[in-house]
Amino acid sequence: MLQQEKSKKGSFIALICIAALLALVVLVENLGALVPNLPSVLRPTSQLFIVLKKGAVYSLVAVSMNLLNGFTGLFSLGQAGFMLLGAYTYAILTVPMANKDQVYYLFGGSAVKFSLQELFGGLFGNTGVGGAVSLVLGVLVALILAGLVAAFFAWLIGLPVLRLKSDYLAIATLGFAEILRAIFQWQKLGPVTNGANMIKSFPTFSSFNVQNADGEVVLRLSTFVPFLVAVVCIAVIVLLITSSYGRAFKAIREDEIAAEAMGINLAKHKSLSFCISSFFAGVGGALFAMYATNAQAKAFTSTMTYEILLIVVIGGIGSISGSCIATFLYVACSEWWLRFLDTPVILDSGFQIPLLRDGFRMVVFSIIIMIVVLFFRKGIMGEKELPDLFRKRKKKAAPAAAAGEEGSSNG
Amino acid sequence: MLKITDLKVNYGGIEAVKGISLEVPEGEVVTLIGANGAGKSTTLRTIAGLVKPAGGRVEFMGEDITGKDPTSIVKKGITLVPEGRKIFPDLTVLENLKIGAYMRKDDLTDDLNWVYDLFPRLKERHWQAGGTLSGGEQQMLAVGRALMSRPKLIMMDEPSLGLAPLIVRGIFDIIREIHKQGVTILLIEQNANMALQAADMGYVMETGRITLSGPGQELLTNEAVKAAYLGA
Repeated sequence: MLQQEKSKKGSFIALICIAALLALVVLVENLGALVPNLPSVLRPTSQLFIVLKKGAVYSLVAVSMNLLNGFTGLFSLGQAGFMLLGAYTYAILTVPMANKDQVYYLFGGSAVKFSLQELFGGLFGNTGVGGAVSLVLGVLVALILAGLVAAFFAWLIGLPVLRLKSDYLAIATLGFAEILRAIFQWQKLGPVTNGANMIKSFPTFSSFNVQNADGEVVLRLSTFVPFLVAVVCIAVIVLLITSSYGRAFKAIREDEIAAEAMGINLAKHKSLSFCISSFFAGVGGALFAMYATNAQAKAFTSTMTYEILLIVVIGGIGSISGSCIATFLYVACSEWWLRFLDTPVILDSGFQIPLLRDGFRMVVFSIIIMIVVLFFRKGIMGEKELPDLFRKRKKKAAPAAAAGEEGSSNG
Repeated sequence: MLKITDLKVNYGGIEAVKGISLEVPEGEVVTLIGANGAGKSTTLRTIAGLVKPAGGRVEFMGEDITGKDPTSIVKKGITLVPEGRKIFPDLTVLENLKIGAYMRKDDLTDDLNWVYDLFPRLKERHWQAGGTLSGGEQQMLAVGRALMSRPKLIMMDEPSLGLAPLIVRGIFDIIREIHKQGVTILLIEQNANMALQAADMGYVMETGRITLSGPGQELLTNEAVKAAYLGA
């Protein structure tokens, strides 16, 4: 009883924190309109917002990978492949009719003769509030379809591949991602995938900025949108992990034989975890296409998978909040904080500071990662979640009180 | 309750079980004793559905369950306590117990209280990671976890393995207690003395065959059993 009340209170606090975070994102993004003479960091053109957008996208993908690698113990390296599926599904379904000929000019137009938001536009109208509704609905449906396509392929691939264990599974999924990347660049598929060229002109994050009649932006939502989608998806994953399915996943990770002896259907649960993880990787891939404002197979290399794996390892395998924190640190370091290392600096005296040149950033970055891995063997968070940190401290401070509580609940 | 007829199992190219027949009547403790590699564990794993038999028949409450998958066998009311405990080390004691009840969708409160009454130690430590428990406590957890599925028949694979003599006695007390509460038990043991004392019926297994069977007390005094397994 006591514990249930506690967890209810905990989830209520978590809900408030998340709402506050989302509100903060909207506020920070729109500070420029409210406060004149803002420091350049907070201006809409700042690197900060690029980091926030990419961080939101990557944290969703990292959490989806953690669900599979950290909670179910299936070491898969196919994440970039599923992101690619999601990105292309989203892009193909949302390029507006007016832009199709221009995007697919090499192939004489697209084979897909509609775009989702314009289909909804037929119902709600294409301008004003109706236009906004059809944009939101179109993008939403496209995101869900992106996830479903990725999940479907995961199910298909899972049939043979999930019989493999550890390293072999990793190799098989990595190979699958590479094959996908090659197929999507195949010229024969041009009318659908635009061959080796990128698909662009579809709705991106900045399409969600609210404009007035003069085309001026009155309310910026371009950072809020990826945050909202990522938060909702991660919340679903957290609910899944705390459900009895999540327990079954963890049981499989800990000991397959014991899990099977408890009646847990290994094949079914592994496939389920693989599909769900891929679903969210697919959604993440679609968001990545929105972030990058284009979808091209070249972007989804195995390097991307390794990046995400690195984030999961640094954050702590088996910790959702660890993955999120690590994502933002990683993205901020690679995109923003270490940028200055790449630009050569020549002092007034004509002295050029050594080592500062293109590529040095990655050297420093690698060293930082090595240090992190050496000193945080289990990642920043280990297997703990953010709220655990507060709970632990309370217990240490008042062990006597805790013991008393235990005693009274026994009686 | 459980009836095995001429069960044959091949395991990694070796004929591990060469056609055995045994019966576990409802409400009794039946034990299967024998040396390492006699095929005892394989027999249990086959009943639990983890290994597919090469021949023979397994019947549970009059129903043929030969070669069924573990999920449906657990649903029918047979649960295995695996050899070497195999608890989930990084999950808490409570989570371990809840996974035991994974196949059930109803309320667990009564069963949790039942298990906590049997093993007060588990209640004290319900928030602790399973891997931090001592060997004896882990065995309690493994048994408690199996009980959470509310089994009609519980099969235990060497519950005394690697435990101190005093703890082993505690485990056997618990086996008697569970039995008293109406659960049928099929027990595998190398500790033949303890097992036969607790059992209504005993089977001796040697290299894939059952060579001897009889009431527990009778086997305890059998000269051949004494010489081979009781060290007397």
